[in-house]
Amino acid sequence: MLDFVTDPAFLVYTGIILVVFFGLQTGAAVMVYAERKVAAFMQQRLGPYLVGPRGLLQPLADIVKLVFKEELRPKASDALLFTAAPVISVAAAYVAFAPVPFGPASTFFGLLDEPMPLIVADVNVAVLVIFAVASMGVYGIVLAGWASNSKYSLLGGLRSSAQMISYELAYGMSLAAVILLANTLSLREVVDAQDGYWFGVIPRWYIFLQPVAFFVFACAGVAETNRAPFDFPEAEQELVAGYHTEYSSMRFAMFFLAEYINMITVSAVAVNLFLGGWHGPFLPPEYGWIWFLAKLGVLLFIYLWLRWTLPRFRYDQLMAFGWKVLLPVATVNLLLTAAGVLYFGV
Amino acid sequence: MGSDQLLFYAFGAVALAGSVLVIGQRNPVYSVLAIIVSFFGLSGLYVLLEAPFVAVVQIIIYAGAIMVLFLFVVMLLNVPREDAAEWDRTHPLYRSGPMRAGAVLAVLLIGQLVWALSRTPGMAGGVADQPATASSVADVGRVLFTDYMFAFEVTSILIIAAMVGAVVLARKHDES
Repeated sequence: MLDFVTDPAFLVYTGIILVVFFGLQTGAAVMVYAERKVAAFMQQRLGPYLVGPRGLLQPLADIVKLVFKEELRPKASDALLFTAAPVISVAAAYVAFAPVPFGPASTFFGLLDEPMPLIVADVNVAVLVIFAVASMGVYGIVLAGWASNSKYSLLGGLRSSAQMISYELAYGMSLAAVILLANTLSLREVVDAQDGYWFGVIPRWYIFLQPVAFFVFACAGVAETNRAPFDFPEAEQELVAGYHTEYSSMRFAMFFLAEYINMITVSAVAVNLFLGGWHGPFLPPEYGWIWFLAKLGVLLFIYLWLRWTLPRFRYDQLMAFGWKVLLPVATVNLLLTAAGVLYFGV
Repeated sequence: MGSDQLLFYAFGAVALAGSVLVIGQRNPVYSVLAIIVSFFGLSGLYVLLEAPFVAVVQIIIYAGAIMVLFLFVVMLLNVPREDAAEWDRTHPLYRSGPMRAGAVLAVLLIGQLVWALSRTPGMAGGVADQPATASSVADVGRVLFTDYMFAFEVTSILIIAAMVGAVVLARKHDES
């Protein structure tokens, strides 16, 4: 009855799931370290340097500290939702990465008879599933704001819901333009459609065909993950810490983890949709995941770069930018793309 | 009982339990959460009907966008809990006469539902026998913009009219 345990396909699949799960966690820890080092570099400071060589063990020390801190819950808060909110946030963040492929199908050096794609859940509407699950993360933030029963938290939660709704439209429209070109909703097939070169030099990445869509996607992606310059739900100067003002210890850490995992997911989706996924020169196709990780790293660095370079928008600017600039631009881009696809064929 | 049937009853139970909780809650925020759970149950049912696109769209539009707006409004207005003690018992609709009439109407409605359901042919597996026209995105788009073109456009105009109406009503009249 337990024969499947020794089946190599089952073992490899379990391995992929574990790699993604722990990879996201480790990725978040690495991002915390990178964030502090990049910030220090831009502000001509040293950043963390005491714990471990060059401060490399700082994230580990942070985790130990967070685990041992006391869990505080305000008396007037809603006990059930106050506890559930960080769990919703972090669960949505993890699940959103499930349909994201991160490498070509591989037989794992001949271990398997049939190549297995490097992906946790290979669904044929992957783009929409990621979009749907990622939009569930907002409930964690909104409920945290409401359940804390504090005015700063509530304002942070309200801002977050308004911001996410405003930017989700432009986000979806920019995705749709790429989906029209690729004629599929499966991320794996979108990546495969970007294989090869134009004129032997320029890679067939959709960023060259859809620069406008990439710009809209990047702006909306930063806004969706609540990062500077769109970090209104936690604007320190106005709202203390926004929706997680009342949170401490591991509950706070869960929000933090969710934020960094969301950044990784948005970047991974951008790599797959616009930057050719795991396709790249020099490396044999079997090692495509190295290209994927390299491109992911570049995009994540841009995230940090933006945060420590740009000041925060004003709230009305944020709303005006979302509704009056990004949404019309994305809509016109989608219409032009649709007309182009009809005229020239896919 | 196949696994499909088991899943059908599981998702159906989630959807029904969520719907019942929506009206059973005193706290409006919990009501909104219950309806989201109910939507997830419906979405699971769509997956069982081999319409993954409809299932995901259900989540994106209803659970992801419309319910966020609901929650936004509930939180912004800070709707209080409905407490039994605060019920306005002097309201004309809460008197015994209207309450009895309402009970009769409710019994009638349940009777009609049972009658209609019992006359529906092939309750078991009736839907699955039909060809899945809404399975792929292309099919949904084609059907929507050919067979249901009129209904689609009328719905759009209705929504735009409602939006314009809301903007006009909410606008402050400074000049006049």
